[in-house]
Amino acid sequence: MTPSNQHDEKKPFPWHLVFFLGPGLLIYVVFSVYPLLDTLVLSLYNEQQGQSSFVGLQNFITLVTDDTWSQAFWNALGNNFKFFAIHMLVQNPIGLLLAVLLSAPKLRLSGTYRTLIFMPTMLSVVIIGFVWQLLLSPIWGISEDFLYNIGLGQYFDAWLGKEGSALITLAFISVWQFVGIPMMLIYATLLNIPDDIVDASVVDGANSFQTFWHIKLPLILPTIAMVSILTFVANFNAFELIYAVKGALAGPNFSTDLMGTFFYRTFFGFQLQQGSASMGAAVATLMFLIILVGVMLFLFFIQRRIQRFQF
Amino acid sequence: MLNVRSALLNKKPTATTVTKLTCLAAIMLSSTGIAQAANGLSIESWRSDDANIWSDVIIPAFNKSHPDTKVNFAPTPPTEYNSALQAKLKAGSAGDLITCRPFDTALDLYKDGHLAKLNDLEGLKQFSDVAKSAWVTDDGKDQFCMPVASVLHGFVYNKEIFEELNLSIPKTRDEFFSTLETIKTESRYIPLAMGTADQWEAATMGFQNIGPNYWKGEKGRKALLTGEEKLTDKAYVDTWKELAKWKPYLGRGFEAQKYSDSQNLFTLGRAAIYPAGSWDIQTFNNQADFEFGAFPPPVAKAGDTCYISDHTDMGIGINANSTNKEAAKVFLNWMASKEFATLYANAVPGFFPLSNHQIDIKDPVAQEFMSWRQQCESTIRNSYQILSRGTPNLENQLWNVSAQVINGTMTPEEAAKETQDGLEQWYKPQQ
Repeated sequence: MTPSNQHDEKKPFPWHLVFFLGPGLLIYVVFSVYPLLDTLVLSLYNEQQGQSSFVGLQNFITLVTDDTWSQAFWNALGNNFKFFAIHMLVQNPIGLLLAVLLSAPKLRLSGTYRTLIFMPTMLSVVIIGFVWQLLLSPIWGISEDFLYNIGLGQYFDAWLGKEGSALITLAFISVWQFVGIPMMLIYATLLNIPDDIVDASVVDGANSFQTFWHIKLPLILPTIAMVSILTFVANFNAFELIYAVKGALAGPNFSTDLMGTFFYRTFFGFQLQQGSASMGAAVATLMFLIILVGVMLFLFFIQRRIQRFQF
Repeated sequence: MLNVRSALLNKKPTATTVTKLTCLAAIMLSSTGIAQAANGLSIESWRSDDANIWSDVIIPAFNKSHPDTKVNFAPTPPTEYNSALQAKLKAGSAGDLITCRPFDTALDLYKDGHLAKLNDLEGLKQFSDVAKSAWVTDDGKDQFCMPVASVLHGFVYNKEIFEELNLSIPKTRDEFFSTLETIKTESRYIPLAMGTADQWEAATMGFQNIGPNYWKGEKGRKALLTGEEKLTDKAYVDTWKELAKWKPYLGRGFEAQKYSDSQNLFTLGRAAIYPAGSWDIQTFNNQADFEFGAFPPPVAKAGDTCYISDHTDMGIGINANSTNKEAAKVFLNWMASKEFATLYANAVPGFFPLSNHQIDIKDPVAQEFMSWRQQCESTIRNSYQILSRGTPNLENQLWNVSAQVINGTMTPEEAAKETQDGLEQWYKPQQ
């Protein structure tokens, strides 16, 4: 035995690590890991009159192939992708634009704008849902008069109540509420870009658009990628806004049904429909898998290719 | 509203949650459990809104004739009632008297042995079979809860607008639609205050309100249960056809109009007729500053028998493990009396006692609703008994298709086909 090895063996067990990590780990395991595993296990069982029996993957097969379940499932999944697409196409570009505008050095009152745009994010979804329902209401709302005043009155409709427009309207409300988050994250990254790089590009003769396109955008790409993945996770877990505005039946004709509301109806039941814990767990497991696959694809194909710059 | 909101969290707790809840409930309730063991009765209920009425009016009245029995009304909020009650029953700490939800929720409690059989209860003779149907076993043999209250459906109208436009109460469907037409063409009022955003009004205040006249009340409801009639039959398609005809008379943008919007449109005097549930009376009494009246769903031609939805919503039963069953029976028999019926109907206008007694209700609109029971045949909502046990759920489907029929995005025939297909997937007699 060499002296250095002896030194290693004498090292006392690192109790302080246990002491500091323990409480956090315990809370994480009890409130996050255990329920997740329990859900996965529960989804493999079937409950009939209080007796539960192991059925393997039967719940999942029913969910994806049986007509009564699969129709609702695919509908909810499809709607969820639409919901996500609208966020990616509207929320994140607007967030980027706002961040760029806010970081413009000549802009006055930028702090005020920043606070105002971020404000809705801090409000409860229930309040947002209620306020927008009133604004868009054909009975009491102001949006109709507003449209008439700018000459677009004939385009007004009960958007929240029509099958074709309800989901898009809800997605826009959600975009309006959460646009502050991409804005803030991108804004913070933009502020981090050293002035000398920007100055150098100006000296090289780049105009402001070229500076943005060739200098700033590559530097904020990692943040945009992170914003996208946050949007993905948040959208596939979305529930509150739909529930607050359209209720758990997500009408009209389930056109606003997302995975979250579908899960709620399955697990807790609705009106005379009895909830099913095992079927609900199967839906929850599928939601988890969809998010997991999405995040993993992102990590493997996008995150690894993004270059990071250190200043 | 009672049944709509309260049934929202109709979840069946899983085995593990039940044990957890049981322990929790056992700890929390051990103190009250001991208190109940004395010569008193404790009532479990979800009507926390009525707690004052029970403690100030109903229980003192009972104690006048039965001074020895102490009664305690112990409500739980509606959304928690079902699961809290389950836990208390398993822990053996539930009250002696249990307020029963209609149909399957209470039936499951009976099957699990938590509710006592009431077949020989004297008071039950005061109730009709329709009233009792919500709390009997599927074979009709055992009664496990005694009916307490029901809600009725009909139309509430603004009397001032009717006077202004010289309208009379429509008795037949043709009169009903010509009344709507008059309101639409001769005034700026909205003829019918109803929206489809929340969907349940379309099914509850629409389909289940006017439908009994088409499917002849109980006769049609039972035929649907036995499989003799199908939802694709003429009676049901015609009901949806009439609903489709409502569309032009609803307010602009009714697709996004919510339940509270409809209530407000009516109480603000902007709408003439409101397809109502009797529970709305309380709201309207508080908010409307004009006189309003009510009329039953119009019939096909004058002189036809009318049918009304008289939906059993609340019952009361005895905890099978109660130590005080004799006193509980005495109390139930008293609840079947005329005295209780009168007290209850006047304290909570819009919730009607189900017993056969002739009682005086002071609220004029509630009185009007109540009087239809004499002229018309009563029935309950056809999706509530047995038919909403399977997947797809009939009640949910009715909400969806009725709202779509009114929106004009589905034809009455398609609505009938979709619901019938749903029923055939799991309900044997319909296959």
